[in-house]
Amino acid sequence: MHFLTRIMLITLFSAPALAESEPTGKQLYDTYCTQCHGIYGDGWGVNSRDIEVLPRDHTDSAEMSARSDQELFKAIKHGGQAVNKSILMPNWDANMSDAEIDRVVRYLRELCNCEAP
Amino acid sequence: MIQRKLFHLPTVTMLVGILTGFTSPAFAEEKAKQFVETNCSGCHALNEPQSFTTARIRERKAPDLHYAGNKFQKDWLIQWLQSPTRLRPGGTFFGQNVVAAEDRDIVPKDKLPEHPVYSKSEAQVAASYLMSLTPHDDLVSDVDYVPKPSSGAMGHMNFTKFKGCVGCHELEKGYGGISGPEVYTAGARLKPEFLYSFIRNPQAWEPKTFMSNLHLEDSEVQKLADFITTLSKE
Repeated sequence: MHFLTRIMLITLFSAPALAESEPTGKQLYDTYCTQCHGIYGDGWGVNSRDIEVLPRDHTDSAEMSARSDQELFKAIKHGGQAVNKSILMPNWDANMSDAEIDRVVRYLRELCNCEAP
Repeated sequence: MIQRKLFHLPTVTMLVGILTGFTSPAFAEEKAKQFVETNCSGCHALNEPQSFTTARIRERKAPDLHYAGNKFQKDWLIQWLQSPTRLRPGGTFFGQNVVAAEDRDIVPKDKLPEHPVYSKSEAQVAASYLMSLTPHDDLVSDVDYVPKPSSGAMGHMNFTKFKGCVGCHELEKGYGGISGPEVYTAGARLKPEFLYSFIRNPQAWEPKTFMSNLHLEDSEVQKLADFITTLSKE
């Protein structure tokens, strides 16, 4: 096959796979966080019925603007206990890379429509 | 004359050949494979996916079966295929079925598809092929887990308060989270070594699963697996 044609074909077919391996913050949030934090991020996820400590409402801008990006990152990566919160928030370090957790943090800022302190 | 025709040697050889061919283990295996591919592959992955992505987790219709032989107890599988019950109250991926209701997000029952029911012989055929799918012997080969009876009260406390598993898994029908599979039947459903291995490292089996890896010590994994196994005997 002509070299350039081959390069073009490889680029064409690998592009979706590359995009696929880079889920957005919202896609990651939908996959891992909405089960407890809810599809709107308000803390009323499908698992909230029997949970003893209610999941954080990520749309609460007063509460969320008091949390730094580093603290949010730490809570996601190492779990609630790492930031003196509930054990019910597990660590997600095996599910998401640091770069992915960063994107989730950015998405949290969209949900709360707020800035870090 | 009739006698001679009946025992015509080439004919007899051919008949014996056909009959043994149809009942040979290789033929039965091929039929079982065909049965599973025809009936199950529309929703379940029977081969290891080429890539694991979060999109695949969000979009797949049913749990993967490509390592079914490493995962399930055969007797349970045969029974379940004849009278399937829902194991994941929120569906395979809760996000496909969830809707925002007045108080909180819910999964309406009518959004969840029913699993087909099979006859006993069909279930046996399907199970025989599914149990042959064991690509992850490597993951269980180092597991030396023998279930031991556990203290119900301590196990309950551990499962709910200390490890937080109840957030996503139902501990009894109607109590617990609904995004993960129910655990009160897991001891009967899963091979003990799979249960242990999956708790210890879920991502080794399902790289993008929405279960977290709590990085537990072996003794802690043992306690959880013992508790779950005890639950299904109650």
